Amino acid sequence: MSYRNDPYDPKQAALLDPAALEGAVDEARKAFDAASDLDELAALKSAHLGDRAPVSLARREIGSLPPAAKSDAGKRVNLARQSVQGAYDSRLEELEIERAARVLVEERVDVTLPWDRRPRGARHPLTTLMEHMGDLFAGMGYDIVEGPELELEWANFDALNIGPDNAVRGSMDTFYVDLPGLVMRTHTSPGQVRSMLTRQPPIYVVSPGRAYRSDELDATHSPVFHQIEGLVVDEGITMAHLRGTLDHFAKAMFGPDARTRWRPHYFPFTEPSAEFDVWFAQHRDGPRWVEWGGCGMVNPRVLTACGIDPERYSGFAFGMGVERTLMFRNGVSDMRDMVEGDVRFTANFGMEV
Amino acid sequence: MKTSLSWLREFVELPAGLTAERLDEALTNLGMEVESIVDQAATVRGELVVGRVLTIEELTGFKKPIRFTTVDVGRSEPQEIVCGARNFAEGDLVAVILPGGELPGGFKIGARKTYGRNSNGMICSAAELGLSGDHDGIIVLGEGAAKPGDDARPVVGLADVLVEVEITPDRGYEMSLRGLARELSYVFDAAYTDPAALSFQGATEEAPYEVKIEDTVGCDRFSARVVRGIDPSAPSPAWMQQRLVAAGIRTISLPVDITNYLMLELGQPMHVFDLNRLNGGLVVRRARPGEKLTTLDGVARVLDAEDMVICDDTGPISLAAVMGGETSEWQADTVDVLLEAAHWDAVMVGRTARRHKLFSEAAKRWERGVDPQLTLVALERAVRILTEHAGGTVDERVLDIDHVAAPATITLDPALPTRRIGLAYDTEQVTALLSRVGCQVTGAGPLEVTPPSWRPDLLAPIDLVEEVARLGGYNDIPSLLPPARGGSGFTAAQRRRRTVGRAMAENGYVEVLSYPFVAPAAADQLGYAADDPRRSAVRLTNPLSEQEPLLRTSLLPTLLGTLRRNLGRGKRDVALFEMGTVFLPRLASTAPPAMGVDRRPTATEWSAANEIVPVQPWHLAVALTGEIEPAGWWGPGRAASWADAVEAARIALSAAGVTADRVSVAAAELAPWHPGRCAAISVDGAVVGHAGELHPAVVSAFELPKRTCVAELDLDVLPLPPVTQAPAISSFPPALIDVALVLDAAVPAADVSAVLASGAGTLLESVSLFDLYESEQLGENKKSLAYKLTFRAPDRTLTTEETLAARDAAVAAVTSRFGAVLRGA
Repeated sequence: MSYRNDPYDPKQAALLDPAALEGAVDEARKAFDAASDLDELAALKSAHLGDRAPVSLARREIGSLPPAAKSDAGKRVNLARQSVQGAYDSRLEELEIERAARVLVEERVDVTLPWDRRPRGARHPLTTLMEHMGDLFAGMGYDIVEGPELELEWANFDALNIGPDNAVRGSMDTFYVDLPGLVMRTHTSPGQVRSMLTRQPPIYVVSPGRAYRSDELDATHSPVFHQIEGLVVDEGITMAHLRGTLDHFAKAMFGPDARTRWRPHYFPFTEPSAEFDVWFAQHRDGPRWVEWGGCGMVNPRVLTACGIDPERYSGFAFGMGVERTLMFRNGVSDMRDMVEGDVRFTANFGMEV
Repeated sequence: MKTSLSWLREFVELPAGLTAERLDEALTNLGMEVESIVDQAATVRGELVVGRVLTIEELTGFKKPIRFTTVDVGRSEPQEIVCGARNFAEGDLVAVILPGGELPGGFKIGARKTYGRNSNGMICSAAELGLSGDHDGIIVLGEGAAKPGDDARPVVGLADVLVEVEITPDRGYEMSLRGLARELSYVFDAAYTDPAALSFQGATEEAPYEVKIEDTVGCDRFSARVVRGIDPSAPSPAWMQQRLVAAGIRTISLPVDITNYLMLELGQPMHVFDLNRLNGGLVVRRARPGEKLTTLDGVARVLDAEDMVICDDTGPISLAAVMGGETSEWQADTVDVLLEAAHWDAVMVGRTARRHKLFSEAAKRWERGVDPQLTLVALERAVRILTEHAGGTVDERVLDIDHVAAPATITLDPALPTRRIGLAYDTEQVTALLSRVGCQVTGAGPLEVTPPSWRPDLLAPIDLVEEVARLGGYNDIPSLLPPARGGSGFTAAQRRRRTVGRAMAENGYVEVLSYPFVAPAAADQLGYAADDPRRSAVRLTNPLSEQEPLLRTSLLPTLLGTLRRNLGRGKRDVALFEMGTVFLPRLASTAPPAMGVDRRPTATEWSAANEIVPVQPWHLAVALTGEIEPAGWWGPGRAASWADAVEAARIALSAAGVTADRVSVAAAELAPWHPGRCAAISVDGAVVGHAGELHPAVVSAFELPKRTCVAELDLDVLPLPPVTQAPAISSFPPALIDVALVLDAAVPAADVSAVLASGAGTLLESVSLFDLYESEQLGENKKSLAYKLTFRAPDRTLTTEETLAARDAAVAAVTSRFGAVLRGA
């Protein structure tokens, strides 16, 4: 005979028993922890958190409890469920981290593999060096000027006080062409002449470029070579300004120890004239003086031929070989390397010198 | 100029312990280039002693005669020495190097057994001691020169320091002991003795020989003396021979050696004639065109109207100032001599020397300028030395025809040196320094400076400034930057070349700088048509190689040469670029106007002159062969193709600041390209260059790999980049639509893109071709081009309808223009 109003049937509420709930939580935690990967964990989920999971079934039993006990049992079930969920979540996170780490390991590559699928080219070191020189003078307030390589004889010689009987005008030194009054310029100095004819003082210019002399190609000579020429014409210019400019240029090119040493010399277009050496501490054969170029005060005759009043203005000019500079600065031992266009030579320099 | 320190010391009291370094520095700071300073004593190491040959035994049975000698070298026992020379006898004094010594060139002497005998040392020849000498055999010393066992170096002339310097072309006076010693006296503040300061016989009323000067410009002074009855066999004294040899001058005979010796000592070149071989009076004049003279070197020369000659009744007997003639020259039996010392025009001598390629020691001095006041001194010295060593009677009469102009006085502002040098020199210092080089200086406000006769280079105030700076010391000049005046650095065109160069390098091209010289055959090799303007090239009249006399009109022939050189050296994949000028002659070639140097050319003159200068535009060219993308572990490589060459042109234009919308590419036919694989590249509709694959015939003519590709652009015709305007960036999403079009295969893709773009209207952001194929299904001569069209509006998200309408408009344009059919439509 049943007692209809019996408010409590322990059999019907067996899963709500605190010990039973605790056991379910423990069992779930153990099962989750034993899952070795995310798939196993997923497979375990419904057994411990699904509709037929102990904690879910326990919740259904709450209805069979007397009203006074429901609240307490409800809390107990919730706590248990949260614990199971927590155990699941934390194992899930662990396994996800493990998996992410494993993926990174699996995706490891050999980063030393080459990938030069489009090899880089290079600029010729003479070009780069001339631009570098131009930059230095641009920084000193100079303009970079240029002129034709096939030049008026007048601009290459006469205007520079190289008279008709000067030996350098002979065919031993100068390339002539089948057009009257023209030569392959023997230096970049006609750039000076053109500057003076087209500008008014103050003139601060450098002219880098190609020049030609009828020398056979050998280890130290080339019939086609490059120079950079500088010209300043202004009021009150002295040899001291020339020296200061060359010293500054030398330091910029060769480091803070660099300085110049002058030797009196003769050039028709300058007077006084000098050849100068530079102290090059980084020379591959040890620190030393190296012959670098020629310089001097612009000969008043040159100023006159270019229409500049030599009483009011004075100026200086200097020039140096770009090949020569590259040879001692960068340890090039043979002129031919700069001439022949072997890509192995040029590629070595890349984009800088 | 080569000489010895001991000779210099005769005229300047140099410090006793003068080192080679100090001497080098002194000469350098005077403006001479020191070629070498050689301490001869150090060139032969060990014991070099005088020996007396005691016995000679001739050894036979060898390939050549050999002598076994015993030589007294001042030791207790005679030295046994085997010797191959035969020019000595028992009792002769010789130079012996003993075992342990070392000859120049690192030849070590040891005691050894040779030809079956002991040989303890070596009897030396001049050549073995590093002395230049023309004589064969060993040196036989004069009796009484020294005794056995003495150091042989001073006796053979090995105790001196040899100095060789290069003299700049403005300083002829330094080409003499007189001038060198004077210069060194400044540096060492040492006493100087002028070898020209001696009393001499002046001109007499009656001349010893009849001479007429017809051209006093070419010859402004002619002096002569006569000596009769000399001993023709008298040798030059040893000291003179040694000094000549040290100077690199061959010894010939006493009279000739004297003239050479005095040329070295004083700087006055002279000439000696055989008086008895002259026919009648001498005439000094310009040569008549076509006149002939056989000079001392045996060359029969045709003379020029500018040459100066000395003539007798037979015609020219000497090419004045440069070289004597055969007929009047001193001979081995000459007993009566006419000694000539003249002064010739420097310009004339320079031209004559160059014309006849006779760069004699005399010519080198004349060209640089010789002191015109030396002729009588030199003759006096010559006569004295000659008679001292060869006897004879001096004719008391002295000829001197003198038209020499006195040096002009230069007015010098004493402040000018300071103003030009940047180092303070007061009037007193300026006066002192100029006086030191021999100038007479008077006045104080402006200084009145008269240069000495040996300084024809001192003509203007700035020449005097140079002397002040030089003697004052170049290296004392302070270092001071001029005030910056503001500049603009590189021009836009220069910056553009730099950017283009970098872009090419970054895209895999290696820069080369080829010589611009090309062979005439290159035009044929490149396949230029007969009337191709690029055949018209400037020609060098004196090319280094007769094979390559032309200046390039295109960068390609020289670039292809460089490409081939790289291939020859084992490279297979090569991509080169070059930026350089080409030379395009003007249609008419006239001479530029004559422009003087006493004023600037007028604007008319200058522009007329520049109008004849060939146009020399900067070009860019690329050449590529092999794989532009190499094979690797990633897979196969990709061969360079016409498309890479076209892309190179696009890269260059982009780097040059030309935006893609201004560039157009069209099929073209132009040598040296493959007619079906050549693109004309245009900017704003004007062709600026071509790109593509080389014509197979060109490839084979230049011996290049098949499919070699090139591009060439004229950089100078490119418009300079305008100031780039910022784009409006829409933040609304794009709409992407692909269209595939079937067209005739001949329709250029570039045209299709352009028409699509113009048909699509302003909503189109970009159009890009992503697929190209041909198939049987499409039909013959048909192709399919698939484009991705990207649309976007600046102010809204496009609706599907708007996008489709734009797409339809684009397709409609292509359809109506080219008959294109939209696939899948």
